[in-house]
Amino acid sequence: MTSGVGPVEESAAEEAPIVANADVVKARQMVRALAQQARLSLVDQTKLVTAASELARNTLTYGGGGHMRMSIVSRGGKTGVRVAFRDEGPGIPDLDLALTDGWSSGRGMGLGLSGARRLADEFELVSEPGKGTHVVVVKWAR
Amino acid sequence: MTDRVPILKIGDVLLVSIQVDLEDQMVMDLQEDLSQRIVDTGAHGVVIDISALEIVDSFVGRMLATIAAISRVLGAETVVVGMRPAVAMTLVELGLSLGGVRTALNLEQGIGALRRTRDQGPVGR
Repeated sequence: MTSGVGPVEESAAEEAPIVANADVVKARQMVRALAQQARLSLVDQTKLVTAASELARNTLTYGGGGHMRMSIVSRGGKTGVRVAFRDEGPGIPDLDLALTDGWSSGRGMGLGLSGARRLADEFELVSEPGKGTHVVVVKWAR
Repeated sequence: MTDRVPILKIGDVLLVSIQVDLEDQMVMDLQEDLSQRIVDTGAHGVVIDISALEIVDSFVGRMLATIAAISRVLGAETVVVGMRPAVAMTLVELGLSLGGVRTALNLEQGIGALRRTRDQGPVGR
């Protein structure tokens, strides 16, 4: 699932629906709390929460709603936070294009996906037209 | 029904102090409310205090740029004040540098900057 060396252990997993604007705010707060628990630095917390905010809004706006799953992960002595968003929406026909800075299907600035990828340490995007979108970000404590 | 961000008038400056984690609808409402208040009051400046904001994502970043542009068209200069260092670092990495938005470290410097602009007359007009 995740690239890198060694198995990933997961704890403190939580899920939340993303079906309304208020859920985007709630998702940010949940990710912030978990990032603090995982002892990410303030800057890394801010980057992860910002990435999660972009992805949660994408889930709502383009995916027609979905859910978030977040957990503390550890691998080879490192601890981090993994946040995943899944929707059953129309999917993304061209992943490379969607990850291009400035490209937008209409409503945004085109920084959501590409920006989230830059802010995270690990980024994974799986999407197929008609089958929804699954996107994962991981931020490791330094 | 969502809350609205309060807009305070101090002299010829409107002060927007964002104190809560913003829902997207509040951001849209603020754009509308602020535009109306600029017209109603004839304010020359707008200060947006974001010192309480823990993150600024692309949606809020775009809102700040849009508000600054709308205000300018309506004759008011906007200064965004109080951005936290972690927020600034994240925004730039996200790809948003807020090129068209004036910023200042804090409220006092922001109001000072507006006062100087007013005394010198509008720049570029």
